[in-house]
Amino acid sequence: MNSKNIEIRWHGRGGQGAKTAALLLADVCFKTGAYVQGFPEYGPERMGAPITAFNRISDREIRVHSNIYTPDLVVVVDETLLHSVDVTSGLKEDGAIIINTDKTPDEIRPLLNGFLGRVYTVDARKISVDALGKYFPNSPMLAAAVAVSNVMEKDDFIREMRTSYEHKFAKKPEVIDGNMKALTDTFEALESQLGM
Amino acid sequence: MSKKDRMSGNEAVAYAIRQVNPDVMPAFPITPSTEIPQLVSTYIANGEMDTEFIPVESEHSSMSAAVGAEAAGARSMTATSSCGLAFMWEELLVAASNRLPIVLTLVNRTLSGPININCDHSDGMGARDTGWIQIYAENNQEAYDNYIQAFPIAEDKRVHLPVMVCQDGFITSHAVQNILLEDDKDVKEFVGEYHPEEFLLNPGKPVAVGPYAVSNYSMEAKYNQEAAMIRSREVIKEVAARFREKFGRGFDFFEEYRCEDADYIMLIMGSAAGTAKQAADDLRDKGMKVGVLKLRVFRPFPAEEIAAALSKCKAVAVMDRCESYNGHGGPLASEVPAALFMNKVYTEVVNYVYGLAGRDFTTETAAGIFEELEDVVENKKQVRQCTYVGLRSKEGQ
Repeated sequence: MNSKNIEIRWHGRGGQGAKTAALLLADVCFKTGAYVQGFPEYGPERMGAPITAFNRISDREIRVHSNIYTPDLVVVVDETLLHSVDVTSGLKEDGAIIINTDKTPDEIRPLLNGFLGRVYTVDARKISVDALGKYFPNSPMLAAAVAVSNVMEKDDFIREMRTSYEHKFAKKPEVIDGNMKALTDTFEALESQLGM
Repeated sequence: MSKKDRMSGNEAVAYAIRQVNPDVMPAFPITPSTEIPQLVSTYIANGEMDTEFIPVESEHSSMSAAVGAEAAGARSMTATSSCGLAFMWEELLVAASNRLPIVLTLVNRTLSGPININCDHSDGMGARDTGWIQIYAENNQEAYDNYIQAFPIAEDKRVHLPVMVCQDGFITSHAVQNILLEDDKDVKEFVGEYHPEEFLLNPGKPVAVGPYAVSNYSMEAKYNQEAAMIRSREVIKEVAARFREKFGRGFDFFEEYRCEDADYIMLIMGSAAGTAKQAADDLRDKGMKVGVLKLRVFRPFPAEEIAAALSKCKAVAVMDRCESYNGHGGPLASEVPAALFMNKVYTEVVNYVYGLAGRDFTTETAAGIFEELEDVVENKKQVRQCTYVGLRSKEGQ
């Protein structure tokens, strides 16, 4: 995967924060000097319906405005989508997929329509509940996307996200540490899968 | 000095509105332009600008209020999309014929039906003969830049016409991308203060706005309106040149991308132009001489300049993100060949309707069109002169 010209597709359900995660990823990559694009696909919006969001991260100006059909990375924020959405559609053979589940990559692979590339799993529910006391999958999935895609260094990511959360949660600072813990816990949880 | 930032097209326009700080902004929310009045309201609530924001009950009222405010002598603007623009239609004509330099930021969305919230140009194109200047943007940067240029164009004494600055709904309005933002001071300086020569709240020089005109005078008013549209051509070029000098970017009527030696040129507007440019680069790498003419200014229509730019190529794909339902292609399919013919440029033209109601336009689609043009010229492939691209099937099932 060329870390300097990467296309990411997010699959989630309305209300889970997949769109927010895509916009946050664009935001944090921008701070490293990259050219970024983050956008959702809009349809009849309703809570729980499948939604898609996209990122392009590049070291060159991004001019293409279409959706992404041959992503380098797919992030599945809701495991139940595996039964209704063809999440590996067009995913490059040397690409990767990250799924929010308590299962292992080997247990998940049979559900991926014969995808032969890299499969990673993150138990975002457990990480989020442990760190925040509530289930917000987008912080762990954002960290997982950064860890797997290598779009930026972990330390830069952690530093920029703290600034970002301090701004975003200026009026409820009590959730900043929990969100930061969710990010670092995700990196730790992925260490063995990434062979770090 | 420019500041590197990242924001969506809607955020970029709202940022520019804050910088320009117009006197009056009546608006009514409609997807996908809703964020613009929403963000402006926030800027006002935070004391970052002091525009008089009027939350009206409909778009018919928002344009009516803009007409009233502008006639009174206030720099006025509004924002809308799709059916909102359609609902303003009557007042669009009132604004233009009363020579009121209102600025409207349009976030392009298809018109019903089937009801759909996504992008095409049917709203803007539906208003193409209302007497408004129309400028289209490829991305958030151009949406920002075009908005700033709209006021000096509209308010110029030679023009006195309203300006519609358009960007593609969701595709650019809701996509976060890199952008260069200019200093507040530089933007304010570029736009300048508004000093209308004639306005209602001027007791020293009373004027009537919008009176009945009998047939003896009405036709001259319309002729003068068209004359102003013709004069706006030089003003648009001057403002673009001044913008380039101050901020270092931008185009006049259109951008010619790799057109100089191109055999095949795609004429296209809005965000799809960026995708087409990428496809042109990909094909150039394979040795095919292709280029993209991105039309920025649709009204006034730069007929002579387009004809000159297309005079040397073998074939042109004229791309319409709008259906005219006339049995003979979209709006550009009528205007571009007319421009070519009247300037004695006899090149091959194929009209493609694409991207209706948010149908995606990809680099593969663009490349396929360039290749088809080559097939038409080199192998005499027979294609319908006005055709569709991107349908689920040829029959549109």
